[in-house]
Amino acid sequence: MKARIAAAPYLLWAALFIVVPMGLVGYYALTDMNGGFTLDNFVQGMRFAPVIGSSVWLAIIATALCLAIAYPLAYLISRKSANTQRTLVLLVMLPMWMNFLLRTYAWMTLLENNGVINRLLGMIGLGPYEMINTQGAVVLGMVYNYLPFMILPLYSVMTKIEPSLIEAATDLGCSPGETLRQVVLPLSLPGIATGITMVFVPSVSTFVISVMLGGGSFMLIGDLIEMQFLGNAYNPNLGAALSLVLMVILLVCMALTDMFHNPEEKEGLLL
Amino acid sequence: MENNTLISLRNITVAFDGEVVLDHLNLDIKDKEFVTLLGPSGCGKTTTLRIIGGFVEPSEGDVFFDGKKINDVPPYKRHVNTVFQRYALFPHLNVYENVEFGLKISRLPDAERKKRIKEMLAMVGLSGFELRRVNQLSGGQQQRVAIARALVNHPRLLLLDEPLGALDLKLRKEMQIELKRIQQQLGITFLYVTHDQEEALTMSDRVVVMKNGQIQQIGTPIDIYNEPVNAFVADFIGESNIVDGVMIRDYLVEFGGRQLPCLDGGFGTNARVDVVIRPEDWEICKPADGQFHGTVISSVFKGVHYELMVQAPGEEEEWMVHTIENHPVGSEIGLILTPDDIHIMHKMSPEEEAELLSALEADSILNDEDEDDEE
Repeated sequence: MKARIAAAPYLLWAALFIVVPMGLVGYYALTDMNGGFTLDNFVQGMRFAPVIGSSVWLAIIATALCLAIAYPLAYLISRKSANTQRTLVLLVMLPMWMNFLLRTYAWMTLLENNGVINRLLGMIGLGPYEMINTQGAVVLGMVYNYLPFMILPLYSVMTKIEPSLIEAATDLGCSPGETLRQVVLPLSLPGIATGITMVFVPSVSTFVISVMLGGGSFMLIGDLIEMQFLGNAYNPNLGAALSLVLMVILLVCMALTDMFHNPEEKEGLLL
Repeated sequence: MENNTLISLRNITVAFDGEVVLDHLNLDIKDKEFVTLLGPSGCGKTTTLRIIGGFVEPSEGDVFFDGKKINDVPPYKRHVNTVFQRYALFPHLNVYENVEFGLKISRLPDAERKKRIKEMLAMVGLSGFELRRVNQLSGGQQQRVAIARALVNHPRLLLLDEPLGALDLKLRKEMQIELKRIQQQLGITFLYVTHDQEEALTMSDRVVVMKNGQIQQIGTPIDIYNEPVNAFVADFIGESNIVDGVMIRDYLVEFGGRQLPCLDGGFGTNARVDVVIRPEDWEICKPADGQFHGTVISSVFKGVHYELMVQAPGEEEEWMVHTIENHPVGSEIGLILTPDDIHIMHKMSPEEEAELLSALEADSILNDEDEDDEE
């Protein structure tokens, strides 16, 4: 009973700022300018299928890169002494304390045609390379900005893998590679699932990164939605419909990663 | 080196951050032998085990397995399996898969694999538990899975690191007998680490008593108990009265104000020695008939026996006496020793004595922790 009273402020908050806006998004998506019911917004939204497709594709690439970079790093960190672990995790989080826009601007000046990297390359007679306003730059921005969201959940699962389990695997005949495959990987699946969700969701819906590093030439679904509300193409109904589509994509993605979680194991964790 | 020696440690020295954990240790273990490393926490017994398992590299010295030097052989290539202190079962696998783990890695054919696992689960009394998740098992059952998981690989040597430490007393006693039975049935060499002297005496063919990275004594449980080489071993293996004495000449010792015949010699004349008397060796008689007599100042019921503290009149010395008949506090009793009850040890230096005290203290703290775990 007390718990319910204590939860009241949040329930009120959730009702006001989550349920009501969701209702509004749904309402806008299903109505035209004059408030009449229509499915036209979704039909129109289909025109942007290639944008949605490339958004998902770039987000998948960024997520895969993050996983590939973060996994070995998180494992290394988790095998260090407690003090070293703290320091290394701090270093991982350090860039996140700096403003997101500032970090992305920094990449702009680095990648520009006469930016720092091209000038350095020029000094040894290479380049200039076209780096900014490419898909690669957008993916780089995603990986750079969202990497910590992959490292942290992986690290927090791996640090709970007892060193004695690794020793037990070795003792039973596992080479280091087999230990990784047979013990570390299965035990870190929940971290992988969380990390994928935490990187994929912001990557697929980002709009700042693609504007700043993609030069607006690669429109992502986030940019498209932004344009419907703040840009020239003002059309909140279409924007709302696209938001719903994005939400469905994310729900599907989360349902897929959730399959990693073994229901029995969850039960085990609760016990 | 004898022919049937399985493991040989030669001059093993280990130092962590400059602190010496093992100090020029030499140890031979014969094939099919049950050897226990016994000592207080921090004596280096677990480190010795981990060296043989391959998890610790000695700073100096060599490890021989079956006559071959294995210093540089990684753990996964050694014919050794370990039962870890906290079992270290794989939480993502069920009982069957845990036991199967080693066989799967060694790519044993399916049929043979199934047969071995079935046999092994039957041996540890876990038939029918194949599909259980390991975190749904009790401590004793997890322990059995850990033993089965190690033994199913038919190792030449099984290392056990305080495997019964987290179990309650009754279960511990049952498992002691069961482990001994399994060891004899399979004919596998067991190297067992414990700080529990009773466990060591119950199961072992030979006991290795360690202190501060050095071996104090190696011998059969009976040797270790009856003929401890020094006061440390005497005190660590069961409770003892340890008092100052003087060896008047061979076979005659003076302590507690009496001169008594004993069976030890070779200490010289008028040499200062430690005299060790097991509390259960006293014979109780009327005060006038005893070699010693005194007042019972405390009596504690211990189940099998009473533990009396007896103080002689006008002396500081208190004697610990174990007896199955109670003598109420305040009563006067006499005490008699036969010559073979009196054990004479070389005197420890004051530093050694201080070390003994701190080691025993640390160990009693460890024991308390273990008891907390059980709750």
